Amino acid sequence: MTTLPASTQKKLGLVIDLDICVGCHACVISCKEWNTSNYGAPLSDMDAYGENPVGTFLNRVHTFEVKSEGKNAQTVHFPKSCLHCEDAPCVTVCPTGASYKRTEDGIVLVNEDDCIGCGLCAWACPYGAREMDAAEGVMKKCTLCVDRIYNENIPEIDREPSCVRTCPAKARHFGDFADPDSAVSIMTAERGGMELMPELMTKPVNRYLPPRPKADISGDIDILAPLLAPVPENTGGFMGWLDAALEKI
Amino acid sequence: MHPAPSVILFTSLSGLGFGLLFFLGFDMPAVTGWVAFAFFFVAYALAVGGLLASTFHLGNPQRAMKAFKQWRSSWLSREGVFAVLALVVMGLYAAALIFLNMRLPLLGIIGSVLSLITVFCTAMIYAQMKTVPRWSQPMTPVLYLLYMVAGGALMAAQIQLAIALLVAVTVVQILHWVFGDTAFGRAGSNIGTATGLGNLGQVRLLESPHSGTNYLLREFAFEVGRKHARKLRGIAVLCIGIIPVILLSLTSEGHLVSFVALALHIIGLFTSRWLFFAEAEHVVGLYYDKHRG
Repeated sequence: MTTLPASTQKKLGLVIDLDICVGCHACVISCKEWNTSNYGAPLSDMDAYGENPVGTFLNRVHTFEVKSEGKNAQTVHFPKSCLHCEDAPCVTVCPTGASYKRTEDGIVLVNEDDCIGCGLCAWACPYGAREMDAAEGVMKKCTLCVDRIYNENIPEIDREPSCVRTCPAKARHFGDFADPDSAVSIMTAERGGMELMPELMTKPVNRYLPPRPKADISGDIDILAPLLAPVPENTGGFMGWLDAALEKI
Repeated sequence: MHPAPSVILFTSLSGLGFGLLFFLGFDMPAVTGWVAFAFFFVAYALAVGGLLASTFHLGNPQRAMKAFKQWRSSWLSREGVFAVLALVVMGLYAAALIFLNMRLPLLGIIGSVLSLITVFCTAMIYAQMKTVPRWSQPMTPVLYLLYMVAGGALMAAQIQLAIALLVAVTVVQILHWVFGDTAFGRAGSNIGTATGLGNLGQVRLLESPHSGTNYLLREFAFEVGRKHARKLRGIAVLCIGIIPVILLSLTSEGHLVSFVALALHIIGLFTSRWLFFAEAEHVVGLYYDKHRG
């Protein structure tokens, strides 16, 4: 059924801390590794070793520069995957019911056996979170590692999305946004967690923590500056004699 | 948006086919027997051919039947349901007309209305996309329906009606371009809202997430040919309405004139439909810093 549930018991999602992400792309790789070998069709690559490699990814890291007048430019690494929107426009456009939002935890999934590969859900998504797999002809998207988070065959510490588990900087956090006392809810409240493109009314569950304000150092003198100051020309004493002697050679 | 030939063919041809069916349902022209067969054959060839073309871009066309299930929420599903209903009802109406020389007016009108609803559903697939501001305007369904009835009137040899409708579709097409040109700006999405970083300063893409292309760029960030958009709009306007209207008004009616007018109209229709996709900008392009101006 591709109508959206009125509400979900949990709202599972990610918090991504833009202040911490270093842009190493480890989440991209671990996502691809886990999801190419588990839930649904593999994430294929075309011409992987050729001149124009292209492939299916569920998570990608953009890097932006932010510059405001009179301040130093700032680099922001920006990982982007499905935001598991509460009013997911990708779900309602699906003609077959392959796309759906789970009532129990709010995860947006694709039932690949029903997907005809029309691509309409990718058109409806503002965030580019869905990619059609070129080999299988079905739509692929982030599952929030639904096959990890409830998986009792793996150690408890691993029962979170692969991207979160792997992030070496701890810039990614997984949790339930419906619970106001969860770590993700608290972080979002304290740091002003942002929705992406709120004007499109998709009500994304995932939140982005903005970069913390940088200290203004434009007026400060570099601590190495005194060492780089030019040597006075007319020194007297031994140094003056040495300087004059070396000049004559 | 990537102008996939299958989608351009589908929306154009099935629109023309349903347009012709729309008039045949109202007994315009009043035909029976073999002449009726010829008219219905053309209409069905276009409508069904267009629908078949639409399955060419599916990743898994063998599951296409499943697309009839979600008519409660999906315009694509509704389009499929109404297309089948329209074709079945018009098929019964046509069979009575061709083989029994019998006209069943109520059935014809029901078929005409179903044909109209089918094309409306096609248009709504595009008009519902908030992610593509150029499409997301109330004029989009009006434009699709006018193309349907203008082309239909031309094929159904309703010359006076066709002239009026061709003028109307040309005007609405120009308005759709004019309003469409500023739609992205009015929708309010920009690289600042897409990244949430807009309040920190000017945002630009420093490094793309991938060095090559991908599905998103190919499907949504089509840029080739936009530079010729103005010329193509000119060609489209001349072919859709201006030349056909002049031909039909100034020359005496005849099969040849009607045929030339129709051929030109179809060229204009293909051109404008190509532009409908090629000029449409998807907001995902903001993450790739593709939006200019």
